[in-house]
Order: sequence, then C-alpha cells, then structure tokens
Amino acid sequence: MLVAHDVPGGAAWSVRVRAGRELRCTALGPDANLSLLLLRADDPLDRLNVPDTLKAQMSACVRAPMVLMSDRGIGLATVTGSSLDWHDALCGHSTDVHVAPFGLTSYQDVRNERRVSARAGLLSELRKHGRDRADLHGSVNLFSKVALDDSGGLARVPGWSAEGDWVTLRSEVELLVLMSTSIHPLATTWAPPPVRVEISEAPADESARLFRDESARALEQAARAVV
Amino acid sequence: MTVVPAGEGFVGLVRAGGTVRIIDLEGNQAADTLLYDAHDLDNRYSAFDTIREQRSAYLTTGSQLLSTELDVLMTLTADTVGRHDTIGGACSQESNVLRYGEHTRHMHACRETFLRTGAQVGIGARQLTHNINFFMNVPVTSDGGLSFADGLSSPGQYVELTAERDVFVLISNCPQLNNPCNGWNPTPIQVVVREPA
Ligand SMILES: [Zn+2]
Repeated sequence: MLVAHDVPGGAAWSVRVRAGRELRCTALGPDANLSLLLLRADDPLDRLNVPDTLKAQMSACVRAPMVLMSDRGIGLATVTGSSLDWHDALCGHSTDVHVAPFGLTSYQDVRNERRVSARAGLLSELRKHGRDRADLHGSVNLFSKVALDDSGGLARVPGWSAEGDWVTLRSEVELLVLMSTSIHPLATTWAPPPVRVEISEAPADESARLFRDESARALEQAARAVV
Repeated sequence: MTVVPAGEGFVGLVRAGGTVRIIDLEGNQAADTLLYDAHDLDNRYSAFDTIREQRSAYLTTGSQLLSTELDVLMTLTADTVGRHDTIGGACSQESNVLRYGEHTRHMHACRETFLRTGAQVGIGARQLTHNINFFMNVPVTSDGGLSFADGLSSPGQYVELTAERDVFVLISNCPQLNNPCNGWNPTPIQVVVREPA
C-alpha cells in the first residue's frame, strides 16, 4: 500500500497517480456516491470522455472490465473489478441546485459541516491545477445506479450500494484523478458517506484486453501515448 | 440558408428568440451539434445535465437543452423524427481507431470539423464537449446495453431549435463511414437560421 485516504462524505480530493497503480475505492457507509473525473497528468487537455467510453464498449453504464477512454483515444484506466455491476455514467454530477433542497449551508454558520455539491468540489480541485469550468467534462458516478427503462426513462435506484461495496481502477497512464463524495444529483436525502481510497501497485490484469477488441486497442494506445 | 456537405462544418449565431432548423436533406444523416452561450463559451451545452434533468436518455420536441450552469440554451421546438441521441458523442480519428482499428486513423472525423469550424468563434479543444447527434439512433436498454442502430430519419425531416439566449450553434455534418449512423453514405444537410420575430 502506497497511500490510503478516507475522503469524508460530501468532500472532494484530487491525486496524481502514476501508470500501473491500483485505486481501490470502498464505500464506508450505505448509498455512497463518488463523482470521478480523470485527466492525463502530462496533458490535461486529454480528459475522460464518457460518450466515447460507452459507445466503444456498447454500454450505457460503467462496469468491470471496461476501459475508461480519453478524448484522444487513450485508455486512461481499467475498471478491473467491482462488487457492483452498474456505475452511473449518464447523470453528470450534483450542483448547488441539487443540494439546495436539503439546505445549502455556509462555512460561517456550520464550519466544515457545510454542504458542497460535487460540481463545486470538482471545480475546487480543478482550480488547484490551473484548470476551470472549461475542463469540466462528464463524470462517472461510482456506487450509484440510475436505471434505464426501454423507452429511455431514468430513475435513480436508492440504496444501490452498501457499506463495503468497492471498485478497483488500474491507471494505464499517469493521471490526475479528481473525485467528490457529494451526493448523486438525483439523491433524495443528504447523507453522503465517506469513501476510502487505497492506492497500491496494480497487479497484472488481462480482463479488459480479453473483454472487447475496442478495450484492448485503448490499452495499446495507452502504452504508446507518449513515445 | 446554408447547405452543409458531409464532412463540412457550420457555426452560426442564433439570437435569443430566433431559431435554427437543421434539415436532413437525403435522410439518415447524423448532424453532430454543440451549443454555446455566445457571451460565455464555458457556459456550454451539457449532455448529461440535459439527460438528467429531463429524466430521459433521448431528445425530442420539448427537450430543454441545458448548459453546464443549468441555463436553457435552446428548446427543441419541432422534430419530425421523434428521437435523437446525446449519449454517443462525436466521432474522432482516435475513437475510430479504438472502435474499428488502426486502418481508420486517417479517415475524416467530426472532431476535426468541430475544431476547424469552432476556431472561427474561439471554440478550441478545451471548449469541446459531449454533443448532440441529431438524426442518430442510439438505443439504450434496461440491462445497460447501448448500440448504434439504423437512423430513423428520411429525406426532408428536420429539427427546429429556439434560442433562449444568444447561442453559437456548431455543427459537424458527420463523415463517418464505419457504422450505420449515416446509412453508410454521408449526405448534405441544410441549416436555416431565423432572426427573432
Ligand atoms: Zn461523426
């Protein structure tokens, strides 16, 4: 284990991660949400591209063993495993509009118990790296499921994740990983639990290479992202 | 009124209260479309905010096309097709390589058109985002599946969008040859911008 960090519920964090690391994210309470953005550390204009990730792997959600792909066709990370077979990729991330029904609170009034949306948290982390609104792409919401019906309707599944649910990502290139544990935008209560992030050397993993030709090609492109 | 051949782009200002009509002249042709607040380019179309707030994966008449700040940029006020995609994103040379293999790397793709055309109004790589695919059919299913299916539009079908503020409309008329989104034969579209009444 190289680094272990518990991100409190409703907080945001960012970390630079070398290629070949495993990020194990574990929900420390029920109904967790982790809104995730990925940027290439050496070239932050190359960002996680959710539509390209979904269409290349014919999926409307994120699940193992999919590869998370960038704007420029690089495999950024592999979802190497998860106790859950659905992570939302269609609903963006919460904004102040979604937190307001539970009462937006100020630092002056409640100090560090203030409620911060995922967007505010992700923007705060982006700004530390000289990035801003222009760099905010579609996110993935780990631990959340928004079910689809066959006419395209969407409904969040409450209680989709339980304490102890987990997902592992393998970094395929050096990444800037930005995350918020604020609520999913369709959450109906304010009760975001913390999420533990453990970073270690990743074991070899062939699951994505064997999953689909598209996933294998994204890993090939990652290996030659910088020649 | 502008005819946009396949593989070409369009960018135009639609003033608040004005409209843009996009016509699929020969049918089954994807029109990849991005929208920007003309006075704040970072307040741009957001596919996932739009999908979430309308609780539907598809766009159709009545869909409010939201920005990252949750402002309504445009409303889809007419649609003779019935359903359009905003999950599938645009094609790029790089995503073609992932989807179809290295031999497609040098085939023309929407992302190049977005960048070349967007540059006229200051839209660069940082400002590109997840787009709308008018006339494209990308069904999703309750088990989490997604596919690129044959288009639903026939010659002369159109969408019309009404601007709720001053908006730049950036279009790439998709040159994709590797899947059925253009019926394996990319064809021209027509774009008609009307000033507010
Ligand atoms: Zn295209």
